[in-house]
Amino acid sequence: MGVAVRLNDVSKKFGSFFANSNISLSVEEGTIHALVGENGAGKSTLTKIIYGMHLQTSGEMSIQGKPVRFSSPREAIKAGIGMVHQHFMLVPELSVAENIILGHEETGLFRSLPLKKAKALIKKDAEAYGLAVDPDAPVANLSIGEQQRVEILKLLFRQAAIMIFDEPTAVLTPSETDRLFATLRSLRARGKTVILITHKLDEVLKVADTISVMRKGEIVGTVPASSVTKQELAHMMVGRSVLLRVINPPASPQKIILHIHKLRYLTPTGEEKLHDLSLNIRAGEIYGIAGVEGNGQSELLKALWGLAPAGTSLSGEATLKGTSLIGKSPAAIAHLGVSHTPENRLRHAVILDYSISGNLLFGRHRERSFHQGIGFNKRVIKAYTETMIADYDIRCTSPTRQPLSDLSGGNQQKVVLARELGRPRISLLILAQPTHGVDIGAIETIHKKIIEARDSGIAILLVSSELEEIIALSTRIACFYKGSVRHEFSQEEVELKRVAEHEFEKEIGLYIT
Amino acid sequence: MSLKKRSASISHEPLLTMNPKSLRLLIPMLSAVSAIAVSSLIIVMAGSDPIMIFQKMFRSTLGTPYGVGQVVFRMTTLVLMGLAVAIPFQIRLFNIGAEGQLLMGTFAAAMTGTMLPAAMPSPVSVSLCIFSAIAAGAGWALLAGTLKVRFGVNEVIATIMLNFIAQGITGYLLTYHFAIPSTVHTPQINTNAFIPSFDSVTGLVTNSPANLSTLLTAGVALLCWILLFHSRFGFEMRASGIQPEAAKYGGINAGMHTLTAMGIGGAIAGLGAANLVLGYKHYFEAGMTGGIGFTGIAVALLAGAHPLWILLSALFFGFLEYGGLTVNAWIPKDIFMIIEAITIILVISFSALGKRWL
Repeated sequence: MGVAVRLNDVSKKFGSFFANSNISLSVEEGTIHALVGENGAGKSTLTKIIYGMHLQTSGEMSIQGKPVRFSSPREAIKAGIGMVHQHFMLVPELSVAENIILGHEETGLFRSLPLKKAKALIKKDAEAYGLAVDPDAPVANLSIGEQQRVEILKLLFRQAAIMIFDEPTAVLTPSETDRLFATLRSLRARGKTVILITHKLDEVLKVADTISVMRKGEIVGTVPASSVTKQELAHMMVGRSVLLRVINPPASPQKIILHIHKLRYLTPTGEEKLHDLSLNIRAGEIYGIAGVEGNGQSELLKALWGLAPAGTSLSGEATLKGTSLIGKSPAAIAHLGVSHTPENRLRHAVILDYSISGNLLFGRHRERSFHQGIGFNKRVIKAYTETMIADYDIRCTSPTRQPLSDLSGGNQQKVVLARELGRPRISLLILAQPTHGVDIGAIETIHKKIIEARDSGIAILLVSSELEEIIALSTRIACFYKGSVRHEFSQEEVELKRVAEHEFEKEIGLYIT
Repeated sequence: MSLKKRSASISHEPLLTMNPKSLRLLIPMLSAVSAIAVSSLIIVMAGSDPIMIFQKMFRSTLGTPYGVGQVVFRMTTLVLMGLAVAIPFQIRLFNIGAEGQLLMGTFAAAMTGTMLPAAMPSPVSVSLCIFSAIAAGAGWALLAGTLKVRFGVNEVIATIMLNFIAQGITGYLLTYHFAIPSTVHTPQINTNAFIPSFDSVTGLVTNSPANLSTLLTAGVALLCWILLFHSRFGFEMRASGIQPEAAKYGGINAGMHTLTAMGIGGAIAGLGAANLVLGYKHYFEAGMTGGIGFTGIAVALLAGAHPLWILLSALFFGFLEYGGLTVNAWIPKDIFMIIEAITIILVISFSALGKRWL
């Protein structure tokens, strides 16, 4: 087998910052080659160079032995490279087949689309690789997993020989993930080369042939997957040993803080998203909600933060220490002592153009202690910013000049958590996907802080798509299914079953599907 | 860092690696230089000598006290119009209605000025006139804001329509009710409501229309800067402009900010009456605003909607406006309209380019 992609001493500089430095890498044809590393380690930059979205500052690249210098993705596609982006590039209004041929219609301007021919090809590919989708279905009606399959079919249709997958499992359920891996293996079996970017070590070990670990813009090692362990990989990624599991001493729950009774959530179009949901969360416990996306978790979060869209009908009770949260504005709810990290950090939790200091303040800017005159007390905010940066190990160069968008995902999330966990007098903390897209080193810090918050007597509601995280942190676990709690594991059960994590995951899996 | 890396980084050092700050200065410079180049070309095509024209322009504007006064007078209105556009622009609202808000403001100020008792002390009269101008401008802009918040009417369309309506209302009231017969203006306002000219106070800028409202205007620009970048209100408002959804999660009421931003913009546009009516004309006249509210859009864009940069960009446009008039004998005013418009287009293109470089 030859070499599909070879990089020789490739560097990429942004301003004075080296996103990639002196990368040398060869990806063998017909293998699954994983790139792992913390957020901000330079994985994305590297793949963007291969895919022609960035031009390297120095160094050479060759594809299947031929030296190349891509100035746009179009050239990379021509050279047989395809990429499945983390955020899919699909037109929801068009059908699956139309999406697949988009940009490669191979027809005259006024001639009809060769849809029939395309559909036959799609069907063939779909069968060969186990990618069942209906070519006539509008993409808008497909699940996330199905949309990803369309993206893969798109690459097959363009006869890409080298396929790059950017965090493909971030959006998938466990069963969809298994299915994706089967597809990746069958791609490999037919001689395709797969480059897989991820930070989930279990997955890498399960599916990859070769693993390259990146840290701070450099490749620190390339190893065959068969010869490493998860701990070794983690060590390579962060440069020090990390606890993959947080130390979670038994909690001692106190009185009920959040009381939800028969909460019903009807969307403006009459869809029932929460069905007679009842639960209680006590002070000093972490109440984990496990569930497949779309079973009412998002709606619960919206209802509790006063953001149910106009026209939503909410009935039932949701009270915080006896005060109803229903119908209150986010500002009023925050004032009652509730703190919230939203699911979608980039869109909802931060202002990317604001400085780090500005983001530590954002949402808490109504707190009197930060005020001075009509503006803010710069001295107090500086001290607060410095404490938070030190406490949460937020890595940045200038807290007041650097915009938040400069930071890696993990550091952005630390900013959000520092701000929300640091709110004075909070009694309820709502955490949605607190470590989504966050690297291992940062996860460790974040998990520790969450346990600390619990031990200080805060009631915590945890929603996460990572079962591992739910199991590691929760005091009690609720399994969400179709808008209500299908099963609840008690504190004793969770503590008992946490030891055999894998079995526990399977058991939870039964209640959420 | 290895030697090799360093040499590689030097060999690839085009604009890409310039630090953002120098780039931010470079872009307006580049657009100004290219604007001058293109203007020269147009002047040549119109059959004149660009160097002679520019010379005459400079001499008759910045070269004489009267010329300076004229430029300052125009700049003053332009600063206010620029701010009227810039404040709503901070939350991604495009206020095309500064012209209409200014019209309502000037009319209100002129009416108030004629109706006040003659014996009223000057500071009170001036304040009352300014207050009515601000109220009229703000009210007019708030109509557009309310339409946006309550019914989702696009503010561009609403403000354009309100411009026509303002023109209709003031035109009708002037022609059929308040104009002095056989003129197109209202009676003069009470002399106690005059804002003194610079000439009368300092003896500088002889006979020019420049008046003390320029100082007021500079103060307003400064206040806007403080409000936007150093107040809690501005912190919230800019956040809801940059990321409205995040602002909602942060407990910020975006609808309220739409209203206040439009209201403040309109109030500042109305304040233009202080310069035009109280400081200079002393009455309301048909066509006295002459489209200056639209030039305000260019002023705001050139300054990147930043209140302090607006002072400079208004100076530039004030210079162009009056400079164009002074060389009227050699080059038609139409050519200067073209030059102004081309400058705006160049600025927008260059700033788009600048974003790509950054």
